Amino acid sequence: MSHMLNVSCAPHVRSKDTTHSIMFDVAIALLPTTAFGIFHFGYRALIIMLVSIVACVGTEYLYQRGMKQKITIEDGSALVTGMLLGLNLSVEVPWWIPLLGGVFAILVVKQLFGGLGQNFMNPALAARCFLLISFAGRMTRFSCDGVSGATPLALLKNGEQVNVMDLFLGFIGGTIGEVSALAVLIGAAYLVWRKVISLRIPLVYIGTFALFVLLFGGHGFDFSYLGAQLFGGGLMLGAFFMATDYVTSPITPNGQIVFGVMLGILTGIFRIFGASAEGVSYAIIFCNMLVPLIERVTLPIAFGKEKTENGK
Amino acid sequence: MELATFKGGIHPAEGKELSKEKPMRELKPGKELVYPVSQHIGAPAVPNVAVGDMVQVGQKIAEAGGFISAPVIASVSGKVKKIENRVLANGNTALCIVVENDEQYTKAKGVGEKRDYRKLSKEQIREIVKEAGIVGLGGAGFPTNVKLTPKDDSKIDYVIINGAECEPYLTSDYRMLLEQPERVVEGLKIELQLFERAQGIIAIENNKPDAIAKLEQLVAQESRIKVCPLQTKYPQGGERFLIYAVTGRKINSSMLPADAGCVVSNVDTAAAIQMAVCESTPLIRRIITVTGNAIKEPQNFIVPTGICYQELLDAAGGLTCEPEKIVNGGPMMGKAMFRLDVPVTKNSTALLALTKDEVSAMEPSACIRCGRCVSVCPGHIVPQMLYDVAVHGEAEQFEKLNGMECCECGSCTFVCPAKRNLTQAFAQMRATVMANRKKK
Repeated sequence: MSHMLNVSCAPHVRSKDTTHSIMFDVAIALLPTTAFGIFHFGYRALIIMLVSIVACVGTEYLYQRGMKQKITIEDGSALVTGMLLGLNLSVEVPWWIPLLGGVFAILVVKQLFGGLGQNFMNPALAARCFLLISFAGRMTRFSCDGVSGATPLALLKNGEQVNVMDLFLGFIGGTIGEVSALAVLIGAAYLVWRKVISLRIPLVYIGTFALFVLLFGGHGFDFSYLGAQLFGGGLMLGAFFMATDYVTSPITPNGQIVFGVMLGILTGIFRIFGASAEGVSYAIIFCNMLVPLIERVTLPIAFGKEKTENGK
Repeated sequence: MELATFKGGIHPAEGKELSKEKPMRELKPGKELVYPVSQHIGAPAVPNVAVGDMVQVGQKIAEAGGFISAPVIASVSGKVKKIENRVLANGNTALCIVVENDEQYTKAKGVGEKRDYRKLSKEQIREIVKEAGIVGLGGAGFPTNVKLTPKDDSKIDYVIINGAECEPYLTSDYRMLLEQPERVVEGLKIELQLFERAQGIIAIENNKPDAIAKLEQLVAQESRIKVCPLQTKYPQGGERFLIYAVTGRKINSSMLPADAGCVVSNVDTAAAIQMAVCESTPLIRRIITVTGNAIKEPQNFIVPTGICYQELLDAAGGLTCEPEKIVNGGPMMGKAMFRLDVPVTKNSTALLALTKDEVSAMEPSACIRCGRCVSVCPGHIVPQMLYDVAVHGEAEQFEKLNGMECCECGSCTFVCPAKRNLTQAFAQMRATVMANRKKK
């Protein structure tokens, strides 16, 4: 043989999945709800989405350039953060809100903590909460069909009735990406089919929350109330797209269950006993911070190390 | 029917179609054969011949060097040319006995004589297996007679024949099961004679339906033997996961199969036992798959031990293009080779020539904590966390996170989307921990 052979350790074959392919699968899965948001809210929704994406990707590029790091915007993670941030904003916000949010998400939450894989909170949600606290009025002004109005959850909180079917399909007020539970579920089904996410966190989260609402919601087994709680607000988007964020959710199987249960309970407490009608974002970023603890107590038992062995 | 399996594992591209249909072909050795004294786990064997001696086919040329050791047997007749240090396939250097082939193939006394195993005592069978130099032919090379001599014969409930062959590309066990199933079954029956209470199980992955059917037909009348189809999944053939799939019993890395009442033999090992016991032919050959997308005519060979890897490559028609990597063994656990002028030993399994793989060549990037490594790890450990402590050399923390339970199967590295070199880091750390234990 004329040339040098490559000598490296086993294994010598790798799967085709890459960080890039996973991130683009998430981006594809967000398309149905993005498209519905634009259809429902009009061109302003598109502008907010674009500003948010450009802000996130641009910040990542400029930061890595300035720090003389390897530019990694092609891995698609900033794109996904940008999409999620845009989907978490009301169509009524001024253009500089997504810009500021995008810079905060990437610069403060992601890059300053070490970049991809090192952020301790979901960047998009952390940015949303930052904006919510800083600009409460602008962030909570919602509209539907051009008419300003309260979100279904706010109506529910005031004891009014809502149409569950409208909620499920998305003909309601809310942020761009959360209105249509159906569109979110279509995207989620794509992610499950592509094996990008497992159903462990979302199902435990939604199940726990549903149970919490039944027990403490004060409406007993009222299907329309429960349905409104499940399909109204950011629960579906949060459960399938943000609670499942790899970086900020537990890596251990049992930890994912604990994480889901805690999310369900916290969301329930925030929504039913809290001052605000919504609680998904706060529940998720709060639980994000508990992930290292959850992982530490839920390490799996190694194969063959179980104590209950026959004879041993 | 629910197929037996374990939790975790991966489904790499099989690549078995390259050599699956090719019947085993016997390969004639060249002029020079090289027998390393260390082709098994345990103490190296000690040469009992000197330079200039004449040896015959089946003659012992090195004695076992301890309890866990195995003798080395000549596969040709001829003159001992040299006894010197040479480089082996794994890159190590070891003492080798070099024999010049006289091409007469004169057999040593008694080799080839037929014997009826039913008339032999347990001690006789164990002695034959020991003297025949048989070691586990699945690749690990653990001396078989040690395996067949547990503390208490009556505590063995299962004798399992490992026909999973879960490594991609490899087809040698499959060909053996298809072409000489009687040998394998008889080998198992000999093992069962040692363990009167045990049941015999032939475990085969269900990507080999014809082999399963053939074996099922063959053991239909045998009350003590059954065939167990396994789900096709890597590393289904890993000893610990195979035992769990077949019997539901679990052993950890510091236990032996006998602790769970099991004895596991590879397909070719069972065949080697049969040949040694029934045909008085010690271990002087093994089956090797020569394959990969850079090989002209991928196929399966019956190869005398001591032959040179280059001869294997030539017999398969050579290369179609410059290979990126040549691997001794399968793509998941085999070792990359840097030269081909090294001898085939008892624990060689395959010669794999791979072309450049775009994915493998990718630079590792940041971990996104996707958890794929955790869900595929058959040892139920958390490779993602283990990696950090391994690269920082934190031995204590490494053991705490069950790093020593890693079987180095490579599943985590295979699935990692960031292409991080997890298994590689674990292998290094495990070696360090093992070396430190020895020092103490």
